[in-house]
Amino acid sequence: MIPLNWYLILAAALFLIGVLGFFVKRNIITLLLSVEIMLNAVNLTFVAFSSQHGIISGQIFVFFVLVVAAAEAAVGLALVIAMFRNRETLNVDRSNLLKW
Amino acid sequence: MIQILFFFFAALAVGAAINVLAQKHVLYSSLSLIVMLTAVSALFVLLQAEFLAVINVIVYAGAIMVLFVFVIMLLNLPVDEDGADRLRWLKFIGIPLGIFLLFMVGSTVWNLGVAPVASQMNGTPEAIGRSLFTDYLLPFELTSLLILIALMGAVVFAKKEL
Repeated sequence: MIPLNWYLILAAALFLIGVLGFFVKRNIITLLLSVEIMLNAVNLTFVAFSSQHGIISGQIFVFFVLVVAAAEAAVGLALVIAMFRNRETLNVDRSNLLKW
Repeated sequence: MIQILFFFFAALAVGAAINVLAQKHVLYSSLSLIVMLTAVSALFVLLQAEFLAVINVIVYAGAIMVLFVFVIMLLNLPVDEDGADRLRWLKFIGIPLGIFLLFMVGSTVWNLGVAPVASQMNGTPEAIGRSLFTDYLLPFELTSLLILIALMGAVVFAKKEL
C-alpha cells in the first residue's frame, strides 16, 4: 500500500509544472496544454483522497472535472482558431490591443 | 512490487509533463501530454479507480487531445518565436522559485502523518453510476447543459461569419 503523501507530492509536482508552463511559455496552445496538466494533477489528488478515505465522491468530482475540461478545450481551441485568423500569430504577447 | 509500479509511472508522468514544456513544436508537446495522461491513468488503476482510468484515456487522450492535434494541423503553424520578447529572463527566476515552492509544499505534505486506511472501496462503474444517478443527479443533468453551451460557443467562435 502506497502512502497518501507520495501521491500528494507527485500531484504537487505535476501542478507546479503546469503553473510554470502557464507563466513561462507564450504560445497559447501550450498554455492550454499546461491547464490540462494542472487539471490532471488535481484529479490525481481527488482520486488519492477518495481511495484513502473510502468515499466515492472524490471520483465523481473527477468525472465533473473531466467534463469541464472537455468544454474548456472545445471553447479554448475555437478561440485559438479565431485568434489565429485575425492576428496570424499564437503568441499571447502579440494580442495586446486592449493594453495601453 | 506496487511501489516499483508507482515510481515508474510517477517518473513517466513528471518526465512527460516536463517534456511538454521543453518541446519547441506544439505537436510534440501534445503527443507528450498523451503519455502523461496515460501514466496518470495507470496511477488511477493503482488507486483502485478503474472506471476513471478508462474514462481518462478515452475522454482525454481519445477526444480532447485529438481536438488539440486537429486544431494544430488545421492552423499549419509556423515554428513559433517563443519567448522572443521581454519574457526571456522569466524562466531563470521562475524555475528556481517553482522548485522552492515544491520543496515547501512537499515538506509540509511529507510531515502530514495521514494514517493509511485499508479501504475496500472500488471505483467500479456500478459504484460510480449508483452515486452519479442518486446523489449527484442534478449536477449530472446540468453537465449536459454545460456541454450544449460549450458546443454552441465553439461553433460561434470558430465560424468565419455567422
